[in-house]
Amino acid sequence: MSSDDSPSTDADEEIPKHGLQGPHPDERPHPTGRRNSQGIRIDPAVEAEHHPRRAVISALVEDEPGVLSRVSGLVSRRQFNIESLTVGPTTVDGHSRLTMVVEEPDPGIDQIEKQLAKLKPVIAVGELDDDMVRTELVLLKVEGDEPDKVHAVTDMYEGKTLDAGPRTITVQLTGDEQKIDDAVDAFRQFGIIEIARTGQTALARGDQATVPGEEPGTSGEPTTPANYDD
Amino acid sequence: MSEPVPPTSEDDEADGAAEESTETGTGPTPVTTGASSVIRALENAGVEAAFGVQGGAIMPIYDALYDSDIRHVTMAHEQGAAHAADAFGVVRNEPGVCLATSGPGATNLVTGIADANMDSDGVLALTGQVPSGMVGSDAFQETDTIGVTTPITKHNYFADDSDSVGDTVGEAFALAREGRPGPTLVDLPKDVTLGETDREPGPAKTPKTTTPKTVPDDDAVAAAARAVEDAERPLLLLGGGVIKADAAEEARAFARNHGIPVVTTMPGIGSFPEDDDLCLSWAGMHGTGYANMAVTHTDVLIAVGTRFDDRLTGGIDSFAPEAEVVHIDIDPAEISKNIHADYPVIGDAGTALDALSSEVAADPDTEEWREQCLTWKEEYPMDYATPEDEPLKPQFVVECLDEATSDRAVVTSGVGQHQMWAAQYWTFTEPRTWVSSHGLGTMGYGLPSAIGARLAAEDDQEVVCVDGDGSFLMTIQELSVAVREELDITVAVLNNEYIGMVRQWQDAFFEGRHMAAEYNWCPEFDKLAEAFGARGWRVDDYDEVADAVEEALAYDGPSVVDFHIDPRENVYPMVASGGANGKFALTEDQL
Ligand SMILES: Cc1ncc(C[n+]2csc(CCOP(=O)(O)OP(=O)(O)O)c2C)c(N)n1
Ligand SMILES: [Mg+2]
Repeated sequence: MSSDDSPSTDADEEIPKHGLQGPHPDERPHPTGRRNSQGIRIDPAVEAEHHPRRAVISALVEDEPGVLSRVSGLVSRRQFNIESLTVGPTTVDGHSRLTMVVEEPDPGIDQIEKQLAKLKPVIAVGELDDDMVRTELVLLKVEGDEPDKVHAVTDMYEGKTLDAGPRTITVQLTGDEQKIDDAVDAFRQFGIIEIARTGQTALARGDQATVPGEEPGTSGEPTTPANYDD
Repeated sequence: MSEPVPPTSEDDEADGAAEESTETGTGPTPVTTGASSVIRALENAGVEAAFGVQGGAIMPIYDALYDSDIRHVTMAHEQGAAHAADAFGVVRNEPGVCLATSGPGATNLVTGIADANMDSDGVLALTGQVPSGMVGSDAFQETDTIGVTTPITKHNYFADDSDSVGDTVGEAFALAREGRPGPTLVDLPKDVTLGETDREPGPAKTPKTTTPKTVPDDDAVAAAARAVEDAERPLLLLGGGVIKADAAEEARAFARNHGIPVVTTMPGIGSFPEDDDLCLSWAGMHGTGYANMAVTHTDVLIAVGTRFDDRLTGGIDSFAPEAEVVHIDIDPAEISKNIHADYPVIGDAGTALDALSSEVAADPDTEEWREQCLTWKEEYPMDYATPEDEPLKPQFVVECLDEATSDRAVVTSGVGQHQMWAAQYWTFTEPRTWVSSHGLGTMGYGLPSAIGARLAAEDDQEVVCVDGDGSFLMTIQELSVAVREELDITVAVLNNEYIGMVRQWQDAFFEGRHMAAEYNWCPEFDKLAEAFGARGWRVDDYDEVADAVEEALAYDGPSVVDFHIDPRENVYPMVASGGANGKFALTEDQL
């Protein structure tokens, strides 16, 4: 096959005592192409640097024991970066909706959705569009020294006072993440003692389905993807 | 040395009786308890064999097996039961079944379940559990088996009802097989299995939430076909999924009809005949030089049923760096997980390959490329030296075993250098004849998997376990099972008295500091075999190999040949971890 003047590829070259014969790695042709860490060919047409972004993923799940631990186990063992996870019942007995806020590059978001979809109790999964309706609830316990000011700030953020004692005041606030973050900042002046946040929960806007295939239902009617026969 | 234990007449009778009962048919197990409905569900699913170890919490299940036609093999260790079930499943292409009691029985299964999970092998594990009322109280032999096995199963079930436990087991079996196979587990509290019921399990149904997409989208196939048509250096990469999907025929037809060279992954070994001119054997860390050259230089890689494991890809940046990737897989989550797919095709491997094949209107012109692949085959031959002043070479032993056995012989292995030599130097031509631990790399897989493979294979298929001395020692106790069950298997130990693969890495990357890699004493495996009641041989020289192989294969029962091989022999080619496939080393100084 090879020419005689190329000893390293000579067919009857002596086989090394340990190892195999053939051209040395440096003598082989090597392509100049490359892939990035996401396995994408570095080709101007395909190249896309994926930066982490925040996404809200909603999943309809069968409400069986352990479903939450399956989901959280999946997230931790695959090192997905999640900010929050909420879960609660739907209008269908035995079905729950799970809302997850994640911070990942596009391929990571894609993986989370696909890996979630593989879990047996998961009926359907989807990422919500940016125009989704979303909210979070936070409980704030602050020092009770300046009740009037606390009530004023609570009103400003359309919050509610749940408990007002001689030493502490506890208020409830709801809203999107930005509003909650702003409110928390505003309450700092009173001295925040404790805080509890639920993480975001969300639905698709208007008559869009929150999870692909899910039929928007009115109260009491099933919200089950059409292809899922019970 | 004592003679091998001849089959006793008692055993013969027992065997005969069992066969007779199968012929006349004792019929399906009548359902009176949760346990009998479990066994009935297994019978309904066509389960012929189960591997396990008895124990308190699983006793009701075993009691129900007493009258069943299902052949139960008592293993020496539950890890062996899981591996045997796994291998049974690989050879039969249907889930294997293993049983264990609660607590230590279940935790002993864990390595085998994790192994099956990594290799997408269908396995159904049934574990006993303490009675429901005691769960959570740290009762005797209680372990949170569901918690422990959740990350390593496709799904697991905690049975909570005697009436429905049969259906649950049926579903778990069906799920283990469905789509991309994998292990499932049903945890069976003792009160549930003991509880009375007369409800017969219905036909095994898969869960309604898991239905895989088997028929690929036309658009996806068309786009992939255009890429194939335009290719100059197309390459078909066949993974283990091709074998699981029973798509070896479709893969062969595709490659031959369109003149496309083929490489396989390690689990894909056997999907394409390695003696075919189009086949470049397997790629990856210890794959052939020519397979790795082809992967490095292809411009359209058609990957089927593979998850692009890092042992295959080497460094992601240099994997098939110039190739557009067509990725056919039944599991959407594998698409673009490790390697970006330019043309994803989700579906069953056979269906998708057929669809793609008919969609390719004009075959790519691959003549030059095929020539190039053949040239690489000549440039990087898998020829090894056999210097007279050095001990027996393991590659030679593997080739002798291959020569002495039929094309359909089943080869199992442990994990280490011997595994690589077996995969490299055995010429595989049929699917489901290479049974190994790929993804998890479990030492000790070889012997119990040979036992499972023996029960699954046809009588005319030899079963050979190519083992390492270290791997053999991890599950050697299963020899007692092979002797008791009179299983015709041959264990070929490639004995280097080393944790050889580790020693090779120490030489290459740790300045030859052989920490905990050397056995300064190793048992005499031939004598150990005889002590178990098997036959044993010891081989030190080239001129003894052929006779020992012949005798061991001819012996109708478990045989062990202890081949004392060159302890300094290394596995090549080798791609360093994370390195470029195209820069495989052929000798140590190239690493
Ligand atoms: C259960 C387990 N423990 C440890 C390892 C790490 N390991 C990989 S190969 C190897 C050496 C195997 O020795 P042996 O079976 O004699 O095979 P050889 O490499 O010598 O052929 C070890 C310890 C493993 N793969 N599995
Ligand atoms: Mg060894």
